[in-house]
Amino acid sequence: MQVFKIPESMKKGFKYTFCPGCDHGIAIRLIAELLDEMGLQEKTICATSIGCSVFLYDFLNVDCIEAPHGRAMAEATGVKRARPDKFVFTYQGDGDFASIGFAESSHAALRAENLTGICINNTTYGMTGGQHGPTTLIGQKTTTSPMGRFKETYGYPVRIAEHIALCEGTAFSARVALDTVPHINQAKKALKKAIQVQLDGLGYGFVEILSTCPTNWKMTPEEAHERVKNEMIPVFPLGIFKDKTEDN
Amino acid sequence: MVSYSDKQLIKGNYAIAEASVKAGCECYFGYPITPQTEIGEYLSQRMYDLKRGYVCAESELAAINMVIGAVSTGAKAMTSSSSCAVALMQEALSYACSDELPVVLINVMRAGPGLGYIYPAQGDYFQSVYGGGNGDYKLTVLAPSNVQECIDLTYRAFYLAQKWRNPTMVLADGLLGQMMEPASFGEYPYPEVDNSSWALTGAKGREGRAIYSCARDEDEHNAKIRRLFEKYDLIAKEETTWEEFNTEDADVVLVAFGSMTRNIKAAMKVLRSQGIKAGAFRPVTLSPFPTERLNQLADSVDKFVVVEMNMGQMINDVKLAVNGKSDVKLVNRPVGEWLSVEEIVAGVKNIIGDKTYASV
Repeated sequence: MQVFKIPESMKKGFKYTFCPGCDHGIAIRLIAELLDEMGLQEKTICATSIGCSVFLYDFLNVDCIEAPHGRAMAEATGVKRARPDKFVFTYQGDGDFASIGFAESSHAALRAENLTGICINNTTYGMTGGQHGPTTLIGQKTTTSPMGRFKETYGYPVRIAEHIALCEGTAFSARVALDTVPHINQAKKALKKAIQVQLDGLGYGFVEILSTCPTNWKMTPEEAHERVKNEMIPVFPLGIFKDKTEDN
Repeated sequence: MVSYSDKQLIKGNYAIAEASVKAGCECYFGYPITPQTEIGEYLSQRMYDLKRGYVCAESELAAINMVIGAVSTGAKAMTSSSSCAVALMQEALSYACSDELPVVLINVMRAGPGLGYIYPAQGDYFQSVYGGGNGDYKLTVLAPSNVQECIDLTYRAFYLAQKWRNPTMVLADGLLGQMMEPASFGEYPYPEVDNSSWALTGAKGREGRAIYSCARDEDEHNAKIRRLFEKYDLIAKEETTWEEFNTEDADVVLVAFGSMTRNIKAAMKVLRSQGIKAGAFRPVTLSPFPTERLNQLADSVDKFVVVEMNMGQMINDVKLAVNGKSDVKLVNRPVGEWLSVEEIVAGVKNIIGDKTYASV
């Protein structure tokens, strides 16, 4: 009896290139499962981004356009306006979505674009080796905040899901984590809703996924997931911040 | 090709906008900047009426990337902007060349550098032809000289972008954008190009496609760039166009692009009437540049006088083309009021050493 199989929406024979303990693998698998379950693979176009998230097209067997750093939501807007019948989503890191691309991310929500945004928040720039970013926690040491992030110089981390929820055109905004099985199940439910609001034409669907970066955090996978629970969730609370489907 | 029975008096910016509609542009994305804002204003209503795509983007960065998104699906799409804001789009143009995407971009030039001002200029030759983005790439660049050509070259830009899968720019200027002239639209004269082999339409009955510039294999990366440049060579071979007037017996040939073409043609006539064997040469495609033809002309022409509204940009390409066979000089003004026919005539006479009428 087969109890576990690779989703159809994953590429055949892919090589897993993320670091051990990185949550990208779980996030991508959840997306693939939902594309299978919701019958979306053949009508999906994804805008990927710059950073570790760019390699989505190595794993997902869907059409992808690689956006310049921060421009995924602009490219997704172009795709959706040209082809409104397609399911269009972006897969971005926190630096891409909420720093260099914050204007594109916010304005897509304000325009109520029928798009789905998925943002992997690991509190650092992973691919370039762990620099201070928009979501770096107060006190967190990175290669560009070696003394730890302090507010006088670095300001404060952004709570992305709450920010997006404030945009009138947002239909759904949630923050989830992947540190425990219950959290993974909640994450899948949230992702499903962020997809469904697009399919129903309700507007912008968004999920921020708290994720690990064991390599740059200099932690084991276990320690990294403990950090998600003990340090990230207290600052970035899990939950649904906007749900227009509940309003109806 | 174009029927002139339906001529109308129309402003250059509106001509470009309606030509894009007739060329089948499915989506327009733009951000306001003088002197091209009428294009977005016109299309905001027109695209809505036609149930096509229109977004007043949050920035030029977003606008050009929206175009990339739209054309990646096989749709025809366009943005328009001006000089300092086209500068913001250079990163995306580098991506679009690498990704081989049929982006159409209208640049109605204003005066730089920096914010500069809204009067016309031709200071974006380098930015357009040599590119402001990173890496090795070439845009296809077309330069209209009158409102009719704003229409004709907008049509051609959509076709060339699709045919060669290469971002194509119409390089107009504030003079053309703001000027009214009689012009005719006719019908879009080019065939539609099949893009089913690469467009992102959803992985139905096939594997997923990825359009990307990220290159992780050095050998593949080298091969890709060489292939791109083989394509640029083919574009040069098949698409280079220019106009020339009275070059057969010319001792001196005036060279200009865009709307300055109008004044060198008039200056040529004045010089001819005064016994100076002058000709005129005008590249229609700035990239690819008519290098070969200028090199041929240099066998019989003593002097080329390049007339530009900048500090001398196209003159570099003329010098490369002439390759030392003839003398190449510049008559220019950086920005503002177009060089008059009288100023050009005086400039040419000064260069060729004819003092008879140089006091104009």
